[in-house]
Amino acid sequence: MSIVENFDLYAPRLIDKGEYFSMGHTGCAGCGEALATRLVLKGLGKDTIVSNATGCLEIISSRYPTTAWEIPWIHVAFENAAAVAAGVESGLKALRRKGRIPDRDVKSVSMAGDGGTADIGLQALSGAMERGHDMIHVCYDNEAYMNTGIQRSSQTPFGAWSTTSPPGEVSFGQRTWKKNIPEIMVAHNVAYVATANPSYPLDLIRKVEKARKLKGPSYIHCLSVCPTGWRMDSSLTIKVGRLALETGIFPLYEVENGKYRITVDMPEPLRPVEDYLKLQGRFRHLRPDKIEEIQARVNLEIKKLMNKVNYIQSWEELG
Amino acid sequence: MKKNLLFVQGNEACVEAALYAGLEFFAGYPITPSTEIAELLSYRLPKKGGKFIQMEDEISSMCAIIGASLTGKKVMTATSGPGFSLKQEAIGFAVMTETPCVIVNVQRGGPSTGLPTSVSQGDIMQARWGTHGEHAIITLTASNNQDVFAMTVEAFNLSETFRSPVILLFDEVVAHTRERLIMPEPGEISVVKRLRTSVKEGTDYHPYLPREDGRLPMSDFGGVHRYNVTGLMHDMWGFPSDNPKIVYGLMHHLVDKIEGHTKEITRIKEFFIEDAEYLLISYGSSARTALHVVENRRARGEKVGLLEIQTLWPFPADTVRKRCASVNCVIVVEMNMGQILHEVKKAVDDPDKVFLANQINGSFITPTDILNILRIIQGKGS
Repeated sequence: MSIVENFDLYAPRLIDKGEYFSMGHTGCAGCGEALATRLVLKGLGKDTIVSNATGCLEIISSRYPTTAWEIPWIHVAFENAAAVAAGVESGLKALRRKGRIPDRDVKSVSMAGDGGTADIGLQALSGAMERGHDMIHVCYDNEAYMNTGIQRSSQTPFGAWSTTSPPGEVSFGQRTWKKNIPEIMVAHNVAYVATANPSYPLDLIRKVEKARKLKGPSYIHCLSVCPTGWRMDSSLTIKVGRLALETGIFPLYEVENGKYRITVDMPEPLRPVEDYLKLQGRFRHLRPDKIEEIQARVNLEIKKLMNKVNYIQSWEELG
Repeated sequence: MKKNLLFVQGNEACVEAALYAGLEFFAGYPITPSTEIAELLSYRLPKKGGKFIQMEDEISSMCAIIGASLTGKKVMTATSGPGFSLKQEAIGFAVMTETPCVIVNVQRGGPSTGLPTSVSQGDIMQARWGTHGEHAIITLTASNNQDVFAMTVEAFNLSETFRSPVILLFDEVVAHTRERLIMPEPGEISVVKRLRTSVKEGTDYHPYLPREDGRLPMSDFGGVHRYNVTGLMHDMWGFPSDNPKIVYGLMHHLVDKIEGHTKEITRIKEFFIEDAEYLLISYGSSARTALHVVENRRARGEKVGLLEIQTLWPFPADTVRKRCASVNCVIVVEMNMGQILHEVKKAVDDPDKVFLANQINGSFITPTDILNILRIIQGKGS
């Protein structure tokens, strides 16, 4: 799409050299979430307070007696990261108004996994977005409860194996399709919603920077490849992340003031979903008919998305 | 016999027992150290024609089993500390609506996220008073796989008998210890079936009208009888009421149906009690350590005994008082700051002879932890 327009932002040398998520964390080899966090924090910069829900990210980054966080960080319960971030934002606002702290732009950011965002954390997230706090929620979507040992979530893809969606005589694995959280966030009328993927680092950082500059709530849904839970080779993290885009399974787009825009072009035609599925053990049991079902659904979802991209006007355009 | 011998962890023993007791519906949410229960049931239940649902959070898991129980199924959920906290309101609802259900809480270190993979017995009082308002509750625990099995079946039986939620309070050590389990044959342990009403279709059914023996027959919700279920105080029809007489009657019914049957609910195990001069009182995994100490001391001629409590609530105060009457001193062995200690102190005639041997740092209580206290009491150490 309009790559030329954003040319300067696509230069790696412009990226913050600071590391706010330091090495030495205990993430698995090839952890997409740790990589994504590092990149997200580069986009956010040092004036950031992170409220982190229980999950992999909290576990791997805060192993006693160390921390990987170079910025203020609070680990909260599983279901309320967005609520705490809302409290932090309101507290900062009050202190600034009273002149107790310097008038500095400190961003409150909540981070959670797919469970802490789409399942148990959805209520707190919805409330925070509805109230319009000046904050960002970043969801690291590794498509299951990896921290407790790979249980299905509402973000686990159709057909995938997990320890609580086991394929066998009675079932073929996960029976439901991913709940569309970015769309739920769009329905909250927040100013900025985006999907991101650490396999496309410049796009990810640009989106975070954009959300950082905005006043008001914004939401970033970040695919986090999980070699451990997806039963795949840990050297393939970046490749699988790219395949998620190239097959159309996880398109990268943003919604700004209601206007949809594809930020990283997908190949035309899309690669078959099988290319993505076959690298992951969690899809190994799938029969061809199920793969066809997934392909049909992905085609439909892409059409639905392109329909929005092509025809939905921004709020300004509407008037 | 051999084909019934399993080598499993406590969580698996709980699953086997739940299926033995006729579990038909499980709703849960992943949480360490109870997750294996959900994982195993996601395999096992559908094969038996049962239903497994992984819900979106802890609250909905609890609420789902209440709904399913009312429709006539035997139900269970499993969780740990933080999830148990979230479930409390719904547990109160199950108490008020007299809905049979089993809640497994595999205890871990707390409060809050605490120590997700370490052992603790800190939820004893939460099991009793976690939900608000005056109420009675049944809570069982166990120290080894065989007892986990027996107590799990017992939990289903008691929940059906008393139309009450029953809490199974295991802990991380019990849940994750792999040891043998001898699977009872079908019929070897009696299983209480859902008591269904004999009221015919078209005739008025009163969901909250006890029979002469105090039990309340149920009618499958959505079946032939239309009736009301509410978390409000209610009359025998299930309709809300703030009539003081009805409220008084319901409060008494809810408490008395359990507290009044403490004796028949009580499950305890006794080891070397008869001539004991020093009595250890323990429960759950810490009773394993206590038993080791007792056997070890007995070999040296010291008169030490163990009372292992399996029914934590209603607390078997009478039994404890009787067993403690003739001993020189009592040591309560637990992995908290003395939650059962205070119950024992309340129960016995001389509270000054009750001491605490505990461990609260997330590691499993060792015989040394108990011996150190025992020695001081015996005047052998400092």
